[in-house]
Amino acid sequence: MLNTLNLLSRRSLGLVLALSVLLLAPLAHAEDEAADAFIKRVSTETLDLVKADKTLRSGDTTRIMGMVDAKLMPHVNFRRMTALATGPAWRKATPEQQKRLQDEFKTLLVRTYSGALSQVSDQSVVVKPLRPGQDDKNLVVNTEVRGKGDPIQLDYRLEKTPGEGAGWLIYDLNVLGVWLIENYRTQFTKEVNAGGIDGLINSLAERNKANAGANATARKS
Amino acid sequence: MNRKVFAFNEKLDQYLMRPVAQAYVDVLPSFVRTGVHNFMGNLADVWTFVNAGLQLKGQAAAETFVRVAVNSTLGLYGVLDIATEAGIEKRKEDLGQTLGFWGVKPGPFVMLPVLGPATLRDTVALPVDWKASPSQYFQGPNTRTGMTLLNATEKRAGLLKASDTLKQASLDPYSFVRDGWLQKRENDVYDGNPPADFDYNDPDVFEQP
Repeated sequence: MLNTLNLLSRRSLGLVLALSVLLLAPLAHAEDEAADAFIKRVSTETLDLVKADKTLRSGDTTRIMGMVDAKLMPHVNFRRMTALATGPAWRKATPEQQKRLQDEFKTLLVRTYSGALSQVSDQSVVVKPLRPGQDDKNLVVNTEVRGKGDPIQLDYRLEKTPGEGAGWLIYDLNVLGVWLIENYRTQFTKEVNAGGIDGLINSLAERNKANAGANATARKS
Repeated sequence: MNRKVFAFNEKLDQYLMRPVAQAYVDVLPSFVRTGVHNFMGNLADVWTFVNAGLQLKGQAAAETFVRVAVNSTLGLYGVLDIATEAGIEKRKEDLGQTLGFWGVKPGPFVMLPVLGPATLRDTVALPVDWKASPSQYFQGPNTRTGMTLLNATEKRAGLLKASDTLKQASLDPYSFVRDGWLQKRENDVYDGNPPADFDYNDPDVFEQP
């Protein structure tokens, strides 16, 4: 039980940092920047931004969602993330279903983890040296978030995309040793097997609705 | 069976562990809780030192030894974590990781009552890990039980804000925990870079151009 929660709590904080690290990414303009330099530069700048912005840490979902859309999504290949989390059923889905699936999945991630923004205080990000021999299309940057408690392992999987975003697009995140996409694949597959793509979309929508209600109650009290 | 145990653990947490941890946080000032956390962590470092050695990780073993030496003396029996302040990395190695290092496969996922997620390999290692856990440094059954409860409460208290995340993040909390835990333990065994077995270019997923 404790193990579960420990993983979750530190995952939440890690994921929020991962997301927020990307907020400043649109400011990037260097063309041939190395992946680790890209992550390192925006990490430090962004953490400072989150630390300075109280409203960002207060858990206002609408505000956070707006920011994610404007600043983060251009640097994430979220279509690829959603497709890989869904599995083979993705190919058979209509463009309309694919769009709704992406929207609901994004809402789930942002809403679930935005609460952890309140935990941002004195952390700093250390980017580890790139492991040699990696492929530009499947490249992992290892980082570590250091703060008051134990360090949080936070890794990014990137593909080089010349001319798109800041030259790199992120398509998976690893918090404390758990890759996000792989961690959703079984659950998504189960929903698809039970009720098809629409079944999965509906389950995600219901979860998001319940989360919205719970968060609203939590903020009031 | 695993799912039933998971449901039981959830109830146990809801009605016992979480309220107790909340009370712990409400009653004790923050510096006392930090002291307890560091003290327990220092005792746990001893077992990390042993397992780093068993995995022939020279630098990890040496640094962890220095951590324990510094924190046990200058750090007043571990109450102050001076080593971390000085930049000596805190690691965690247990017998399950050591077995994994020497090639023992994780085996099936097991949801243990009270203790939570584990692999079969880690469950086999558990009695030995338990013998080396912080509470076992104390004499007398009552003291040991007390230290075990304190350790559990202290750990749970650090996670009060995480309580709802599990339900919010997942469509099926049990699958979410199981898959995440299996990944995490592989990550532990390989110190952060396990061999990738997920196919990111799966032709069955993507439309053919």
